[in-house]
Amino acid sequence: MKVLGYLLQKEFIQIFRDKSILAMMFVMPTVQLILIPLAMNFDVKNIDIVMVDNDHSSLSQQLISKIGASGYFRYVHAEPSYKKALSHIENGNADLAMEIPAGFERNLVREGIQKLSLSVDGINGTKAALGAAYLNAVIAGFNKTLSLNITGITQQTAAQPVIDITFSNWYNPLGEYKYYIVPGVLVLLLTLIGGFISALNIVKEQELGTIEQINVTPVKKWEFIVGKMVPFWVIGMIVFTLGLIVSWVVYGILPGGNIEVLYSFAAIYLIALLGFGLLISTYSDNQLQAMFIAYFFMLIFMLMSGLFTSVESMPAWARMIANLTPITHFIKVVRMIVLKGSGFADIRTEFIYMILFAVVLNGWAIWNYKKTN
Amino acid sequence: MKAVTLKNIVKTYDEGKVLAVDDISLEIDKGELFGLIGPDGAGKTSIFRILTTLLLADKGTASVDGFDVVKDYVSIRERIGYMPGKFSLYQDLTVKENLHFFATLFDTTIQENYELIKDIYDQIKPFNNRRAGKLSGGMKQKLALCCALIHKPEVLFLDEPTTGVDAVSRREFWEMLKRLKQQGITILVSTPYMDEAILCERIALIQHGRLMSVDTPQNIIAAYPVKLYAVKADNLYTLLSDLRKSEQVESSFAFGEYLHVTLTSGDISNASELKKHIAAQGHTNIEVEEMAPTIEDSFIRLTNENQNRNPLHKFNNR
Repeated sequence: MKVLGYLLQKEFIQIFRDKSILAMMFVMPTVQLILIPLAMNFDVKNIDIVMVDNDHSSLSQQLISKIGASGYFRYVHAEPSYKKALSHIENGNADLAMEIPAGFERNLVREGIQKLSLSVDGINGTKAALGAAYLNAVIAGFNKTLSLNITGITQQTAAQPVIDITFSNWYNPLGEYKYYIVPGVLVLLLTLIGGFISALNIVKEQELGTIEQINVTPVKKWEFIVGKMVPFWVIGMIVFTLGLIVSWVVYGILPGGNIEVLYSFAAIYLIALLGFGLLISTYSDNQLQAMFIAYFFMLIFMLMSGLFTSVESMPAWARMIANLTPITHFIKVVRMIVLKGSGFADIRTEFIYMILFAVVLNGWAIWNYKKTN
Repeated sequence: MKAVTLKNIVKTYDEGKVLAVDDISLEIDKGELFGLIGPDGAGKTSIFRILTTLLLADKGTASVDGFDVVKDYVSIRERIGYMPGKFSLYQDLTVKENLHFFATLFDTTIQENYELIKDIYDQIKPFNNRRAGKLSGGMKQKLALCCALIHKPEVLFLDEPTTGVDAVSRREFWEMLKRLKQQGITILVSTPYMDEAILCERIALIQHGRLMSVDTPQNIIAAYPVKLYAVKADNLYTLLSDLRKSEQVESSFAFGEYLHVTLTSGDISNASELKKHIAAQGHTNIEVEEMAPTIEDSFIRLTNENQNRNPLHKFNNR
């Protein structure tokens, strides 16, 4: 145990000596936690729209002003023909083109039915889909008010029964994206710190040959490994705390659930992750290799973790892979505890999963580490 | 009890494709300054790594200070000091931190064995707070030696300690080794420099993973079987190729500004006859002198004899 103390002392001296890495470990999460949620805002605003009004009637004017009033759209141009409007989409100046046909008002009043044409730039899929959906909603709203005006003239539309749906978002009443993304980003940063830096650090000893010098001393393998893991575990927990403080100060997000449960889950997650870092380092000979292997897995972990997209909507095989990565479970649990206020009973399954991850990853890493030496 | 013994040690790499150590047996006495002399790739480092318990041999047994390298590796690690060929201390720790760290790993302190490292440590003490990575080559090597000695090892393994170190530092280093030997530490040192062989008490010449000769450097030189001549002329290159073509010449190698030449048991039997023979080939400004062989001459001769015996390595050196 005394030797472990000396190893830890040495590790901390080294960590605090490398000022740039130290700064990266604390500044990176803070800055990224502030920047990424702002950038990763899926609430689409400022959809550029081009109008082609061939009718110039009071109804078409009403529709146009209603679209403008919704706050999601920005008129870039009004063009006399569809062809000219499309050129704005081709140039990338507009996302949507809407054409109101001639005789819009007349046909609507006389026949109670009219068609509109929407052309959507599909390159930015999210913006296009949401833009079209918003516009549809606006037009649907317009339709409703319209039917009131013309009920007297055309009886058949009033006869339709209408189911009016009202809904409320639980745990995130305003449906704001930041509540969804901030806990996820927090997990992501912890993963980067824990996984990358631990993998690189151990390989560095191998690359510089210092591990050789340690191996000829009576230091035991477990002492060396624990000596490597403890400092990064401590740093990981500090980064996690820092992240929680940032999300409270900047986004006003306070964990709704039990903070002890959150921390104990984070503690086990970090052990699993450090085991993963150790595993990578046992399979690589130098820092570049370790970096690439770690990057490869981190990218898969990130994209499949449910941070950006819902795990439930993935195909079955992808869902299986996602469930085999620890980060998926941690993101789920952090969201549950922070947003939903879940307690230990709610996350027990995930907790057991995480302990399994920690045991398997560390066991595998230590087994492989012994084999190579 | 011997300090180090190796019995029929074999080590291969790449699943047996590369033979690094080929059936080596060796014994080193306590308190000896023993040199393992051979070129790069001869198998020196593999032997060191087997003895320092970093590598498992394929076959054979080895022991250090009476402990088996496989069974009692823990006991060995407490009793040896190892200085690898590549500087492998922590570059981001200072001189003092490195020394303190390695002392604590052996559950000792710098003060406890200060006497042992005093001579060497005094030279780097002014740089106590400098990071090891920022030291010069010679100082790094002194620090590495201090760290290997700080727990007062029974056997000291130095793998190519003087490679990449300047001539003055090399000489100083060998002085230090001699003083350490007086303290009763067994020292096993490897080097590719033949001129350092003479500074060891006993040496083993190693090539292609095989020991060619194990003896004192003096005995190895004395065992050189034929007369050796140092030859020089204006055009050294044509002289070398002429000599290699000559029926009378057994071997001829360039050594700095001279060629070292041995003769077949033919007509020529002394320096002046050889000079005449060379003059007949049209060379000018010829110098020929009989000389005492060096370890390097012995090494080359032994290498060639081994290669001629082993048809796999055969090549014509004439």
